[in-house]
Amino acid sequence: MNDNVLEKLKTLAESAKYDVSCASSGTTRGHKAGMVGSASGWGICHSFAEDGRCIALLKIMLTNYCMYDCAYCINRRSNDIKRATLSVSELVELTMEFYRRNYIEGLFLSSGVVRSPDYTMERLVRIVKDLRTVHRYNGYIHLKSIPGASRELVDEAGLYADRMSVNIEIPNEQSLQALAPEKDFKSVFTPMQYIKQGSLQSIEERKHYRHAPRYVPAGQSTQMIVGATPERDKDILTLSSALYQDPSMKRVYYSGYIHVNTNDTRLPAVSKPPLVRENRLYQADWLLRFYQFSVDEIVDDAFPDLDLEVDPKLSWALRHPEKFPVDVNTADYELILRVPGIGVKSANLIVTSRRFGHISSWQLKKMGVVMKKAQYFLTCRELPIRTIHELTPERVKRILTKGSNNSMNTQYTIQFPDD
Amino acid sequence: MIAYKYDKSFEGLLSAVFEAYASKKFPDVLLGENDLPPLFCDEMVEIVTDEERSTRVWKGLERRISKSALYTLPDCWLSELPDVDMLIFRYIRKAIDASQSIEMNFGDPDVMQLAKIWRSVIKERERVMQFVRFQKTADGLFFSCIEPAFNVLPITLSHFIDRFHDQKWIIYDAKRDYGFYYDLTTATEVHFDDKQWDDRGFLSESVADMDEKLFQQLWKGYFDSMAIKERLNPRLHKRNLPVRFWKYLPEKR
Ligand code: SF4
Repeated sequence: MNDNVLEKLKTLAESAKYDVSCASSGTTRGHKAGMVGSASGWGICHSFAEDGRCIALLKIMLTNYCMYDCAYCINRRSNDIKRATLSVSELVELTMEFYRRNYIEGLFLSSGVVRSPDYTMERLVRIVKDLRTVHRYNGYIHLKSIPGASRELVDEAGLYADRMSVNIEIPNEQSLQALAPEKDFKSVFTPMQYIKQGSLQSIEERKHYRHAPRYVPAGQSTQMIVGATPERDKDILTLSSALYQDPSMKRVYYSGYIHVNTNDTRLPAVSKPPLVRENRLYQADWLLRFYQFSVDEIVDDAFPDLDLEVDPKLSWALRHPEKFPVDVNTADYELILRVPGIGVKSANLIVTSRRFGHISSWQLKKMGVVMKKAQYFLTCRELPIRTIHELTPERVKRILTKGSNNSMNTQYTIQFPDD
Repeated sequence: MIAYKYDKSFEGLLSAVFEAYASKKFPDVLLGENDLPPLFCDEMVEIVTDEERSTRVWKGLERRISKSALYTLPDCWLSELPDVDMLIFRYIRKAIDASQSIEMNFGDPDVMQLAKIWRSVIKERERVMQFVRFQKTADGLFFSCIEPAFNVLPITLSHFIDRFHDQKWIIYDAKRDYGFYYDLTTATEVHFDDKQWDDRGFLSESVADMDEKLFQQLWKGYFDSMAIKERLNPRLHKRNLPVRFWKYLPEKR
């Protein structure tokens, strides 16, 4: 280790940082005798970058040289940027030393494609194998599979990685091919299939034989870039919802397009990434996974894009006044969960507490319900009757968005809620 | 008005509960050994911390509320908040007197309040797990200094032992001036008079490992490169990484 590594590390971190998936969640591993480290179920953010994003993992590329030329990528072949390559041993040592100092939860490893997909993938596999078998490293590993890598290598990687990912990046095949001529949906979905099959097979084997090897125990994830191509939110969310049908698909990430290659006319010259839209997509994704919404309740042909002014749950409620008001003292859990301003936690609290007696608006507030929003959509005995029906959806929307116009232009909170 | 005076330990508090039920006289205020009695104090009871009595109260509670609810009480105690003892006292009293378990009755202000305190203690525990930064010493020990808002080190030990079980380490609470030393088998409480670190918790060069500085630089270099400049967001940054922890973080040096 020397100062030379510092330069390489900076260059490669710089190149890797646009990949947004920060979560290291999903695996729980207590320490094993003779092994170093553990992974806790939800993953710990050890630091936060100045853009507010969680730093849980050493997110790094083995190399940022690449033979491909994807229009949206800072590392593409035709860009004149600083290039660097770490050796296998340098990367392994960095991971171990950072981990032992409690800087990180684990490693997020990716790479540009050099020589061939398999040549590159083979090196990535060597790193994760070295960490696990030589250094007895038991922390978290997320490995980005190289598009087009062979099944053997993907399968081997799956034995050492906690999670693997293959990024879709562009949610429509024509758009993808226009921007990334060397890629198509097949090169993305084939390794996804390998990962899915490997994971299902291992789950099956472990039912019969406890010591059968685990295969990407934290499943797989993917990412889509938002705002680089003309796809609507409906296209994006429909694809997400289809991806979530695969039980090994744990997270879809949305990354607001950043115009890194300013000279490329195939891409929109946006001055700022579409952060509000990105945030709305995460909220919609959240509704799909935890609030029992189906995708066509959130977006459809008449309503193909998410409302930027209000979150998708409130937007649904405003379009469905007939479902409200919900009586928190009697309604089913599923309905309570649909009330804007009530989250999973407070819905659970309401359902468990109401057995002890009627719930008042004061108690709702104490339970974390955002009454400012919720008051128009619920009743609980003593509340004045000023619901969405008396006020009309239009007025409720006006009241709830009043004064928030400024905050939409200023910095927006991005949330990466963990599983 | 009845006041109880006790040694401000959790066992002491449980002994006070025992006393209250034995004498059927419940305190209106709880005082530490050096606190002055309030005005209009009719009676002052001195509580002796007694292991047998506190265990009996604990065992009794085990029958009335679930284990997970019970264990939130000593966690809340670690908050060291000025009135937390009275709150726990009232909670225990309600738990003993109620005909069914009170733990889920979040309509009760005390139950709700303790649940809130517990969440903030657990949050602080998580922050320690997040923001501890070890520095390696020349003899291979990993050292860290931190100032948590609540006294949470004891409830982080199982995590650190699990994760770093093959390296010796010290985690030191600079605010309360004590820490824990893990020697590859157990973690024991330690206190240092002669401190080998500066006021920002950094080891002096004579005791640090040769490569320690380099790894701190590597980490800081990595940290700085990670921020996407199109998305800089100091407010969110500070909310997630509270300024009170910056002092001890090599990346914020
Ligand atoms: S293959 Fe990956 S690294 Fe290479 S240009 Fe495309 S997105 Fe960038």
